[in-house]
Amino acid sequence: MKKDIILAGVGGQGIISIASIIGFAALEQGMYLKQSEVHGMSQRGGDVMSNLRISEQEIASDLIPFGQADMIISIEPMESLRYLPYLSQEGWVITNTQPFNNIPNYPDLDKVIAEIVNIPHHIVLDADTAAKETGSPKVANIVILGAASPFLGMTYEKLENAIRHIFGRKGEEVIELNLKALKAGRVFAEKQM
Amino acid sequence: MQKLLLLGDEALAQGALDAGLSGIYAYPGTPSTEITEFVQHSEYAREHKIHSNWSTNEKTAMEAALGMSYTGKRAMVCMKHVGLNVAADPFINSSITGANGGLIVVSADDPSMHSSQNEQDSRVYGKFALIPILEPGNQQEAYDMVRYGFDFSEKYHVPVLIRMTTRMAHSRSGVALKPPRKQNEIQMPKDLRQFVLLPAIAKKRYKKLLQDQPAFIQESEISPFNKYIDGSDKSLGIIVCGLTFNYLMENFPDRKIPFPVLKIGQYPIPRGLVERMANDCKELLVIEDGYPVVEELLKGYTSHGLKVKGRLDGTLPRDGELNPNLVAVALGFKDTFGSAVPELVVGRPPQLCSGCPHIDSYLALNEAMSEFSKGRVFADIGCYTLGALKPLEAINSCVDMGASITMAKGAADAGLVPAVAVIGDSTFTHSGMTGLLDAVNDKSPITVLILDNGTTAMTGGQDSPGHGKIENICKGVGVEEAHIRIIKPLKKHHEENVQIMKEELNYSGVSVIIPRRECVVAVNKRMREKFKNK
Repeated sequence: MKKDIILAGVGGQGIISIASIIGFAALEQGMYLKQSEVHGMSQRGGDVMSNLRISEQEIASDLIPFGQADMIISIEPMESLRYLPYLSQEGWVITNTQPFNNIPNYPDLDKVIAEIVNIPHHIVLDADTAAKETGSPKVANIVILGAASPFLGMTYEKLENAIRHIFGRKGEEVIELNLKALKAGRVFAEKQM
Repeated sequence: MQKLLLLGDEALAQGALDAGLSGIYAYPGTPSTEITEFVQHSEYAREHKIHSNWSTNEKTAMEAALGMSYTGKRAMVCMKHVGLNVAADPFINSSITGANGGLIVVSADDPSMHSSQNEQDSRVYGKFALIPILEPGNQQEAYDMVRYGFDFSEKYHVPVLIRMTTRMAHSRSGVALKPPRKQNEIQMPKDLRQFVLLPAIAKKRYKKLLQDQPAFIQESEISPFNKYIDGSDKSLGIIVCGLTFNYLMENFPDRKIPFPVLKIGQYPIPRGLVERMANDCKELLVIEDGYPVVEELLKGYTSHGLKVKGRLDGTLPRDGELNPNLVAVALGFKDTFGSAVPELVVGRPPQLCSGCPHIDSYLALNEAMSEFSKGRVFADIGCYTLGALKPLEAINSCVDMGASITMAKGAADAGLVPAVAVIGDSTFTHSGMTGLLDAVNDKSPITVLILDNGTTAMTGGQDSPGHGKIENICKGVGVEEAHIRIIKPLKKHHEENVQIMKEELNYSGVSVIIPRRECVVAVNKRMREKFKNK
């Protein structure tokens, strides 16, 4: 089993948390992992991406080659399109439909969504609304992770355990909130698949 | 075996802690910042009283590390690649003094300039200083190389350079740890004049450094970080440096490469192994991130018919970070590509945070400057460099730490009056203070804005060394008290701030305006911690 994942979003949207959760779950499963992330200048409201590779075999490159990613997980719709050069023919795009609009020339959202649903394999959901319904707009990233969970090659319980571990220090309330967000995304994806 | 998931930077830090480090010295700079932060957050470091406070700049950091090495204890100094320019004087001379306790210099390069002004290659500095260089190819090597580097440094009494790249620094993977070992006790240098670089002594020390060069090459020949992996197809020999080994392997899914491969992780390059490859193979391909350092060395002026391919002949691009696809193309393999980015996707450049004090400072400055011709604002390195972009477009230069003040001075000397410098509080203490003294001594008609947000913001909010001391430093340097103006960059003070700026722009001497308001990210962080502790 091997999954090459591009995580995409805007600085501050929480893609590193997603990476940590998948990473922890993968390690618990005895898998290898390489994850390359963005720090510094590019974080300041700019586009950010992370290469996450998990595999049962040892992993060579820290970077995923173009055209070979199994999925793009994005917390922002336009950002999901920015990394299409990485996506393999069979790859999935799992993305939020709610834009992060911090630029004056953000394209027409309907056209952005039209581009996304044009990709053969996709899951699109309004993670912002789902997160609010769960209890906090901050967990939109975990809703997206939930929507991606059927494609990660690991059991749902492994991800739940990882959330318990990663958010452990923040208390039971935060853990429960994130578990609910994960579930909301999962349920949505299962309906769309 | 216990495996920890660590960034390359964190692996270095953990490696240093476990190898008996006594002190880490650094000024923050992407992609090197996390090394020192890891030590700062380490309970083990606290328990063992390992020094980890930030230094004012890379030069002071390098010198303090050298001082710790002088006492026989192990020290590590970390910086981004351009930081090594700042520390170059003590760095180069430390190769002449040599080390006593293990001394490691970490310089983190940024090929593709993800967060930098250039993509200089620190290996050139290592060669310049005639010292060994270690270049990790994965997180485990990063961890292991620190202990190896300290041992090497103590064996030959020479500082060792570890060269990182952004990808290595900010990529995470599992690392197996070794049991920690004790710090060194204080043990003074055997020769108490070893560090006195008077010409007579320096000449002897330099000769020793030169005499050690063959031993350094011999160490490279047998180093665990230099591996010759033979292959049956001798039509091509491949030399890979550091992380690029991974990009090569990525192109061979079964991990079997038909060509001989030499993986280099320790310099000076292992001459014997390179010669073996040159004798065995028809042509060579050199794959290295950064400058074509090894490639140039092999090509030389007369390569005697040996064909060397790499960045210089266009087999690989001359600049920018490498990746598996570029290596595939260099090998003549089929490239892979997903689909093109749809045309509607637009750029999303980094920008100042909403509520950032710099925005209010720039809005006031733009208005105060509106009566003068454009192109008069010299700025510096920090978040406020983003003021060059739309919509503010407030600044006209960003060169190196501290250059705002001295460039404004030079421009004013040339007759461009008024000339303005914009510099952050941390950058000011890093390298701006000395330039301000030049301006005061020359009575240069410049206006200096020291944007004081109380933190080193761009790299993630580290302590600012001059916190609470900025106006006193200006006074001490000789700026007249009447022309040190402290303002609060807020919308509601806009008119007043514009007025103060106009007054100082009209003054024909050195004036300093300090717009002071805490970084919004720092405020949020502080509030969160306060809330958490309640």
